Amino acid sequence: MAQAESHPRKYKVIGTRPVRHDGADKVTGRAIYGADLRLNGMVHGKILRSPHAHAVIKSIDTSAAAKLPGVVAVTTSADFPDLQDKIADLGEGAVNLAHLGANVLAHGKALYKGHAVAAVAATSPHVAQEALSLIKVEYEPLPAVTWVLDAMKDDAPLLHDDVYTKSMGKKADKPSNIAAHIHFEKGDVEDAFAGSDLVVEREFKTASVHQGYIEPHVSTALWNQDGHLTIWTSTQGSFTARQQTAELLQVPISQVTVVPCEIGGGFGGKIAVYLEPVAAMLSRKCGRPVKMVMSRDEVFEATGPTPGSSMRVKIGATKDGKLTAGEAWLAYDAGAFPGGVIGPGCMCVFSCYEFPAARVDGYDVLDNKPKTQAYRAPGATQAAFACESVIDELAEKLGIDPIEFRLKNAAKEGTRRVDGPVYPRVGFIETLEAAKASDHWKSPLEGKNRGRGIASGYWFNIGLKSSAAANVNPDGTVSLLEGSTDIGGTRTSVAMQLAETLGITAEAVHPKVVDTDSVGYTDVTGGSRVTFATGLAAYEVGRDILRQMCERAAILWECDAAEVESVDGEFKTKDKRMTFAELAGKLSQTGGPVVGRATVNPEGPTNGFGTHIVDVEVDPDTAKVTVLRYTAIQDAGKAIHPSYVEGQMQGGAVQGIGWALNEEYVFDGEGRMANASYLDYRMPTALDVPHIDTIIVEVPNPAHPYGVRGVGETPIVPPPAAMAVAVYHATGVRMQELPMSPPKLWAAMQK
Amino acid sequence: MATVFIPTQWRDLTADVESVEIEGATLREIARGLEARFPGIAERLGDDGGIAAGVAVSIDGAIASRGMLAPVGPQSEIHFLPAIGGG
Repeated sequence: MAQAESHPRKYKVIGTRPVRHDGADKVTGRAIYGADLRLNGMVHGKILRSPHAHAVIKSIDTSAAAKLPGVVAVTTSADFPDLQDKIADLGEGAVNLAHLGANVLAHGKALYKGHAVAAVAATSPHVAQEALSLIKVEYEPLPAVTWVLDAMKDDAPLLHDDVYTKSMGKKADKPSNIAAHIHFEKGDVEDAFAGSDLVVEREFKTASVHQGYIEPHVSTALWNQDGHLTIWTSTQGSFTARQQTAELLQVPISQVTVVPCEIGGGFGGKIAVYLEPVAAMLSRKCGRPVKMVMSRDEVFEATGPTPGSSMRVKIGATKDGKLTAGEAWLAYDAGAFPGGVIGPGCMCVFSCYEFPAARVDGYDVLDNKPKTQAYRAPGATQAAFACESVIDELAEKLGIDPIEFRLKNAAKEGTRRVDGPVYPRVGFIETLEAAKASDHWKSPLEGKNRGRGIASGYWFNIGLKSSAAANVNPDGTVSLLEGSTDIGGTRTSVAMQLAETLGITAEAVHPKVVDTDSVGYTDVTGGSRVTFATGLAAYEVGRDILRQMCERAAILWECDAAEVESVDGEFKTKDKRMTFAELAGKLSQTGGPVVGRATVNPEGPTNGFGTHIVDVEVDPDTAKVTVLRYTAIQDAGKAIHPSYVEGQMQGGAVQGIGWALNEEYVFDGEGRMANASYLDYRMPTALDVPHIDTIIVEVPNPAHPYGVRGVGETPIVPPPAAMAVAVYHATGVRMQELPMSPPKLWAAMQK
Repeated sequence: MATVFIPTQWRDLTADVESVEIEGATLREIARGLEARFPGIAERLGDDGGIAAGVAVSIDGAIASRGMLAPVGPQSEIHFLPAIGGG
């Protein structure tokens, strides 16, 4: 681990690598995932989906399905409240409930192939499947559009007649597939380009890719006869799932309990609800628990991919390697409903560098794909592919080493981003220095058809609301309750921060992720926020417990609480001392249990920077790219559990390699996905990637007591650009399109 | 007074003024001050008394979580940005 600067704190727990608290359950298969759930009287729900990418739904006749023996309920959007244009604040962002509801079950139009149209519940999944075939839907097919630039044309098929282009609150006067236009400008861009010694401008495109979580969406709902709705689900945010479901069904939020099951990956794709409201409605109709599990093709065809994009980036520099100006034009598809990730794309495209002048235009574009959803640093990976590719070309043309070129222009404390805000202390330069000093960068790459690439990336990371509570047990352990669903080992990284604060071991904290009735409001597991924000809540819980324990020690010692201090797991006065465990055993004598609690809402981004190096070999006959060596470097602020930081870096890098080399939604001529299976949608496997080496840089975040920065998302940002540079050095071809799959790369190599 | 940076897409209302100094202890007071100087901005910034969906407000580098009630310091720097989420 590279220690970028001396941190004043010495830790006992933070920075160690204890066994994860949920490890035994996970490796023995005892952890309860959504698909494991079985309730008395449970029935099974299935969804009928549109075969058309764009069609008017003229009628739905469910009568024959309802009569099939074993069918207990049938539903369509007609059963749901009409929500018009109501906006709900979901913490991590607002959502138009009419659009959310129409995505859950189509209202009047099917907007993508796989769009949910109707649902049934039956005594077995097979009966439910058969019942779907009995539902008669009359469609009027419409022309479909699945490429972002086609969707922006004046004569493109219009998806919604009530969506008007919004420009920071300014609304256009006619309906459009362009749902939003974003524009940033800093300095005199034309003048700055005119003063440049070298300008490089390139166009890029990227395909839609899926988050590819192993566990499909799954939800079970029980709408009890007393009116209370309980939902067991696989979600990144149980409170967000509760709110969305309550809003869509127009029931009081207190009537809904969401129980988060273990989650087999999400990466941003398990924040919006899909099955929860449908299972709930079916349960209300039949009075029984209804379980719904998506198949893999449903996951691909009906849940959020990340946007495909068309981008143009132009950057100028002086001959001594100082950036002068930047210009970016980004169009990302949003899928069937507005609200894609163009905003962060625009904010991230130039975020690694100091630009004296720059302009960014971004467009959120509707087309006939599933509603796009967040995917690990949403919007940043596409933008970095474009920007970093141009940065590398500039460095090469100027004859400057790519790391030195970045160092000359790297964002640092005080740098004003193109969108306005100024960075506090950040660690980008330190990642570049660590890359330069790495064994990988210093080792020569030898052999034919091989190339090395390097690229950097940025993601904000966010704060938002987290709550936690903890009970001190008589044996000196502490039971920690939290609301953040654990995707990447956060039970342990949060528990470790409580342990550090209390001066006890990580094993002495027993973390539990609990339902929405059992802990205070907690925002989603996303935005790289849990170890940062829920960890901060755990720290505050620890402070609350220590305060109370000092008071209890004072009772025992018959002194003033101000005379008691807590240091490294001990409570002491001038002449007395007691361990945390000893005092915990005496709490019943001093007034009863001690319960700590906290809720936090940190507002600042934690600003994560990373730099990746990759070596590849390209087969000159087939254009197959083999990844030979890969090193990911990232500023983690302070790595609470280094193994999980490394795991995030490795996972993000592998997903980014997938974006770079193979992953894409392939559509037929009528807008239907042609590769909706893992066999045809080619994600990297363990056979496709080498071990991903990691270098953790630690530049403490001044906004966290332990210096934590979020780490989960930044690692997916640099890989496609780094891979493209490596492929260039192996083949002489600068690829400006993702994925660089063999057919596309081979065609480019022939030119 | 706080320094308020005007997004380029609102500068049609400000005769291309890029930033202004506005007095206010909360974002609501800043919004009122902006509206008084540049009529029409309040409609872009907010709806139903809150901040418009899709718009985030950065105060001294932090995204304001209290909406119009967000505190503003005398030397604060305010930016209006697209709202972001995460994966």
